[in-house]
Amino acid sequence: MDEKIVILTMVGMMLVTYIPRVAPMLALASKTLPEPMVRWLSYVPTAVLSAMLFPSLVLKENSLDFSAENYFLWAAIPAFLLAWKTKSFFGTVALGMVLVAAGRYFFG
Amino acid sequence: MKERPELTTEVLNKDEIVSTPFVSALKQVSPIIMGYVPVGAAFGVLAHKTGLSMLSTLLMSTIVFAGSAQLIAVALFAAGVPPVSIIATTFVVNLRHLLMSASLAPNLKGWKKWELALFSFEITDESFAVHSARFARGDNSKSVTFLINVLAQISWIIASWVGFLTGSAIPDIKPLGIDYALPAMFIALLVMQTKHKLHVFVAGFTGLTAIALIQAGADQWAVIIATVIGATVGAGVESWMKK
Repeated sequence: MDEKIVILTMVGMMLVTYIPRVAPMLALASKTLPEPMVRWLSYVPTAVLSAMLFPSLVLKENSLDFSAENYFLWAAIPAFLLAWKTKSFFGTVALGMVLVAAGRYFFG
Repeated sequence: MKERPELTTEVLNKDEIVSTPFVSALKQVSPIIMGYVPVGAAFGVLAHKTGLSMLSTLLMSTIVFAGSAQLIAVALFAAGVPPVSIIATTFVVNLRHLLMSASLAPNLKGWKKWELALFSFEITDESFAVHSARFARGDNSKSVTFLINVLAQISWIIASWVGFLTGSAIPDIKPLGIDYALPAMFIALLVMQTKHKLHVFVAGFTGLTAIALIQAGADQWAVIIATVIGATVGAGVESWMKK
């Protein structure tokens, strides 16, 4: 593979990745935003985290998987409960990992 | 992070300034590192197999720094896809960061332009998740913010390097459940930011929308479209309830 082309492609990738990362920040950080926009933005973290998380729990290769072997899904239930009850960041991460590891160890 | 109202002794305070932001950042970044190491290594392995040089591999992890986009790009390089298509795909895959950047921005009032520019370079799904939870609880210490980003990216670069060097000799991490570090972290951070019933509704609604979009074949657009719909519904319902 031609190294020059690879590197030029990567510079292009950098630009199209960095511009969406930086433009809203530079445009919005110093301004006082109108109330409706502040309200809309306040829902973005909840929405974007959910949009990334839930598909990773229930979809395996693009189809719904509610089988007993879908440890990602079943481990999420106690993890949610623990996070909600204790607000513990580490406890939740540790519990989730232990449950997935245990599921794989005991049930294959 | 608690502010010390007064300096009692200079030594104690200096010690705190030196160690506390680092320890705090390290704690918060550790699930990200657990998640990045296996994925970064997988990227390195794939890059090596595809015939990328070590320089290109490390350069990509340094200047692009976007997990799924890098893995997709390597697959596209391998398939001989033209550079313009690789760049266009990267753009679509990473466009969701636009929304993340916008939602973090109001928390960083008073930061200098170059600090904002530097911070934005390292916005990823994972660093966004951690920062939005931190900012929501009023912790926007600059040093912790930058340390989290830098530690995350260093772990990503080192992991891609190790993957490149060792090839497929990397041990299988599945028995340890390490591949669940990031989903579990997202669970914790999502719950921490859920303050009203409306948030619970928006979370469920957006999650279902994203699942439906992916199943309908809109893989790369699912996160952005679902987020825009979810945030609009949340803001709309809130405005309607206040009337």
